[in-house]
Amino acid sequence: MANTQGTTGLVGWIDERFPLTKTIREHLTEYYAPKNFNFWYYFGSLALLVLILQIVTGIWLTMNYKPSAEEAFASVEYIMRDVNWGWLIRYMHSTGASFFFLVVYLHMFRALLYGSYKKPRELLWLIGVVIFVVLMAEAFMGYLLPWGQMSYWGAQVIISLFGAIPGIGDSLTLWIRGDYVISDATLNRFFALHVIALPLVLVGLVFVHIVALHAVGSNNPDGVDIKKVKGPDGKPLDGIPFHPYYTVKDLVGVVVFLIFFSVVVFFAPEMGGFFLEHPNFEPADPMKTPEHIAPVWYFTPFYAILRAVPDKLGGVIAMGAAIVVLFFLPWLDRSPVRSIRYRGFAFKAALALFVVSFLILGYLGALPPSPGRTVLTQICTVIYFAFFAVLPILPWFEKTKPVPERVT
Amino acid sequence: MSTVDDVDLGRRRFLTATATVVGGVGVAFVAVPFLSSWAPSERAQAAGAPVEADVSRLEEGALMTVEWRGRPIWLLKRSQRMLDDLPGLRDQLRDPDSAETAQQPPYAQNVHRSIRPELLVMIGICTHLGCSPTFRPEIAPADLGSYWRGGFFCPCHGSGFDLAGRVFRGVPAPLNMEVPPHRFLSDSLVLIGVDPESA
Repeated sequence: MANTQGTTGLVGWIDERFPLTKTIREHLTEYYAPKNFNFWYYFGSLALLVLILQIVTGIWLTMNYKPSAEEAFASVEYIMRDVNWGWLIRYMHSTGASFFFLVVYLHMFRALLYGSYKKPRELLWLIGVVIFVVLMAEAFMGYLLPWGQMSYWGAQVIISLFGAIPGIGDSLTLWIRGDYVISDATLNRFFALHVIALPLVLVGLVFVHIVALHAVGSNNPDGVDIKKVKGPDGKPLDGIPFHPYYTVKDLVGVVVFLIFFSVVVFFAPEMGGFFLEHPNFEPADPMKTPEHIAPVWYFTPFYAILRAVPDKLGGVIAMGAAIVVLFFLPWLDRSPVRSIRYRGFAFKAALALFVVSFLILGYLGALPPSPGRTVLTQICTVIYFAFFAVLPILPWFEKTKPVPERVT
Repeated sequence: MSTVDDVDLGRRRFLTATATVVGGVGVAFVAVPFLSSWAPSERAQAAGAPVEADVSRLEEGALMTVEWRGRPIWLLKRSQRMLDDLPGLRDQLRDPDSAETAQQPPYAQNVHRSIRPELLVMIGICTHLGCSPTFRPEIAPADLGSYWRGGFFCPCHGSGFDLAGRVFRGVPAPLNMEVPPHRFLSDSLVLIGVDPESA
């Protein structure tokens, strides 16, 4: 029996029963990606690498971790001191969490630079934002597990956010905690969600994200559609097969990434209190809040927005809106030009202001509040939202450059 | 009734719809145990027994903490000066008269928010996002400003409360701090978690 792929032997036998060669061709050797990918296009595959790293190190950590309020803190110390190479596996996992967000933020910034969320990639972007939200939930729940002071009080603050919802708030927080305070019940369910439920959801979403990407094709730094210009063989003239070209290029990125990753794991796993916060080396004490509470760095921009509004419900709404607004980006940006290379000064300035305000928010969110800082936080919060507010009207006074037919 | 190739499409649609509805009802019923299992267990609900606190050795101006239902309960013995300051703060407070009835039992709905004027019994949890504020009894410290007459300051998000746990205006916390049900068993013994017998 011949198969449609023209393969023989063992592969041929498989291809008659499973679309092995067909899948490899469609998604690797005959998947044509634009030939002009630059530095910014590393971060998608790096995010996949970190996801695998987190799953593997996470599985190993569960082999010694005890998800109970009595034993959790001690079991983490046990992993750090007594388990063979436990310190390395744990530092890889904790550093991996920070690098995950670093890579994902850069990946999202790439989409902003080159308009990768625009038609026909709106759904691709939406799936990506859902991944980002699930990732935040995953990281938040994971942070409770060491049961240190910051784990405990950080979770207390974040769960209390739901208490601001009028009417159902109090019963909702009680339902999430499973107790009148953060307790063993909360720790146990966060463990279940962190190691099983959310990773399953994440892997599923990443799969869907890649399926959506391969359906519409990758954008590129010029923001032009490579499928418009095809050779006589029906293949895009500006496309190159993902394998071997981009698999090899991405391997270079992986090596550079692992160098940076290893430097942090071996020389600065706490990163001066930004990756692993100092109060978390003290066991959780429900009677005493640490002097200063700040989330891990990747949540600080949104935390700063929460603090910018001097009203409980208002702050929670502002923080939620800062994330929800990302979902609307493909419809807020009405410019027909995708890439920043051919957009006008107005967009470049708006994007620069947005990035600077986001970084300042991240910095301020890690510091204790003071009146002066609160004012600066409020200014940056306004800029953050103003970016999304001006996007729809930008095309009216933005002078864009002509977009080329082919990639440059 | 439309029929194609002897298939009664109307009947097929009806059966599909009813099967979907019945299946949906089944899913909703099965969801109940899964959702309800997240609520506090019987053991967690039973763990809220009242606790006793001995205040006989509590000095004037000093704060002690006991644990009730996993939360810090503060017992603060206020001096006459501290009590005298309370009425003068009215204009700076969001709820000076403790009008929010959920934040204290009726017997603590007074200017000092306590049964005995000097002894404040309060849940030491900020009404903003659940941190435990810091006791700052000093007057006008550099970091809190000249208006500060002693009180509680939450390090998380900068909410301030006076020495009766009443929230200041212009801070993120919306409500006064909560006074738990409590009663005096004797001059020196407070039972936290139950109302006075007369109430």
